[in-house]
Amino acid sequence: MRKFALTAIAAAFAVTAFTGNAAKAAGDAPVPPSQDWSWKGLFGTYDRAQLQRGFQVYKNVCAGCHSLRFIAFRNLEGIGFNEDQIKAIAAEYDIEDGPNDDGDMFTRPGKPSDYFPSPFPNEKAAAASNGGAIPPDLSLMTKARVAGPDYVFALLTGYEEEAPEGFDLSDGKSYNHYFPGHQISMAPPLYDEAVEYTDGTPATLEQHARDVVAFLNWTAQPELEARKELGLKVILFLIVLTAMLYAVKRKIWRDIEH
Amino acid sequence: MSAPQWNNKVVKWVDDRLPVISMLHHSAYEYPTPKNLSYMWNFGSLAGFVLVTMILTGIFLVMNYTPHTDMAFESVERIMRDVNHGWLIRYIHMNGASMFFICVFIHIFRGLYYGSYKAPREVLWWIGILILLAMMATAFMGYVLPWGQMSFWGATVITNLFSAFPIIGDPLVTWLWGGFSVDNPTLNRFFSLHYLMPFVILGLVVLHVWALHSVRSNNPTGVEIKTPQDSIPFHPYYTIKDLFGLGVFLIFFCAFVFFAPDYLGHPDNYIPANPLVTPPHIVPEWYFLPFYAILRSIDFTILGIPAKLLGVLAMFASIVILFVIPWLDTSKVRSSKFRPVYKWFFWLFVIDTFILGYCGAKAPDDYFMGIPGLKVIVMGQLSTLYYFAHFLVVMPLVGKLERTKPLPASISESVLKEGANA
Repeated sequence: MRKFALTAIAAAFAVTAFTGNAAKAAGDAPVPPSQDWSWKGLFGTYDRAQLQRGFQVYKNVCAGCHSLRFIAFRNLEGIGFNEDQIKAIAAEYDIEDGPNDDGDMFTRPGKPSDYFPSPFPNEKAAAASNGGAIPPDLSLMTKARVAGPDYVFALLTGYEEEAPEGFDLSDGKSYNHYFPGHQISMAPPLYDEAVEYTDGTPATLEQHARDVVAFLNWTAQPELEARKELGLKVILFLIVLTAMLYAVKRKIWRDIEH
Repeated sequence: MSAPQWNNKVVKWVDDRLPVISMLHHSAYEYPTPKNLSYMWNFGSLAGFVLVTMILTGIFLVMNYTPHTDMAFESVERIMRDVNHGWLIRYIHMNGASMFFICVFIHIFRGLYYGSYKAPREVLWWIGILILLAMMATAFMGYVLPWGQMSFWGATVITNLFSAFPIIGDPLVTWLWGGFSVDNPTLNRFFSLHYLMPFVILGLVVLHVWALHSVRSNNPTGVEIKTPQDSIPFHPYYTIKDLFGLGVFLIFFCAFVFFAPDYLGHPDNYIPANPLVTPPHIVPEWYFLPFYAILRSIDFTILGIPAKLLGVLAMFASIVILFVIPWLDTSKVRSSKFRPVYKWFFWLFVIDTFILGYCGAKAPDDYFMGIPGLKVIVMGQLSTLYYFAHFLVVMPLVGKLERTKPLPASISESVLKEGANA
């Protein structure tokens, strides 16, 4: 048994140490500092109030350029809004629908089953309005970057007023400490008081960034809480089951010299 | 080996007409197994378990997946968000691929250490290598299906390898793609083949187990079963031991599925495929990294053969060479337990494959482990050289020169001896 445990631990260690390289191989920009997110760890969960503040930031700032195409209004139940609130939020948006019986497209107020509309009709329009750069969809952003939440937070708070001396910054670009190549097409999106929080949380740049990252982590992994909750049960069950299987194994093998 | 007598009338009726119950009884119940198998012998059945898991989760994923370049990425996200427990099914499937390779790699290293490829187990070993090759093809095509950036660019890089072959190269690649670039026809055929291959693997597994049951399991001493005292029936001894191992393995598996589901993947695959944007580093999944390192390490021409073709040949050779090791290994002794010199070379070889994996993950111009002056490409070349030297030089020479330790007279004797020492 001792030998078995050692082998298992060594194997697990080797695999994780080895495979970690693959994920970390891409990207040359500075490593974003690790932040203390509420959803980290075995028992981590989302903070509903924070998610709602983050949604407010997305809606008032990011949504001007960035789509959120995998999120429907009905999904907002996951960040703690009730049915009426969701209906009200959806109704604030104009959604193109159709064709109707006359064959015409028309706009109508949004319904909970609608997805967040994109700010631009197509990629060409998005590029034309943003100096040639296409603002990426944000639904999966925190999963689509190495150390996603830390990176997005570092990026949002990592702008510098002036590029370091000798750095050749193109027109219409900003200098960002954490962006690969440092030259980013997105102008600093957040600043102090960018959004006025309804719950009285101080509206600092850092707070905005933290909240919107939390919201975006929820859009990327809405299943996170259900996953961890089920995971704990499954693993506890497996530990008990495996312990019993071990006891049975010992009993069956007790008379065998091996 | 006498056919068992069935008391239950229904069982007897069926068995008289199709002796499937006798066959199962023979191969899963009374199959005489060496009594000294260590936990290293658990990984074969674990790999079988993962194969079944992959087929089942895969069937359910297909119910909700759309193999079209415009919809594949979105349909995967729908599985993650809107299908009941879709995230669970997909994360099991995604991590299951890694788990499959973990089991199979350990299984292969175990075979290498204990000489399980030697006579009379060569055919058993060959079928195992065919399974590995089929798994690699399946995993590669499966990784393309979500149609993320790494899917697309991985597919582009790997299919392009075939263009290295002279004359037939370019038409071959066009034929593989079903067009002039990786596109919808490519995705469609990969989907079709990704669904087919697991059943090919299943068929190979049946042959693998068949071969195993006719030559019997090897064991840590490498000494064949000689008397009835050397073996015990498979059931209940190894069924329970395999079940216990499965429990431990499932804890490891589930830790990834529930708490680090994306750890083994690449973040770029959550960006939809874009033929106009090449990712800065195209990296295969971790289980391909050693082979990728071998491919990349050939950056020179020999006798006018271009580097790319040599790289491709070296990569394929790194697996194909396994077919001939029953003859490259000249030692009369199977188990490395009794091979004091070869044992060290075995571990050196294991370390070498890890170094290759590391090199495969890094850019060629990076420094190996940050050591100044030591480029990853150079380290990859040295490790590739050693990889082949292990089979072509170490195996034949050490087998001839080494003074092996005395073998136990039988499995029972070795068990009793170890028991006395403990």
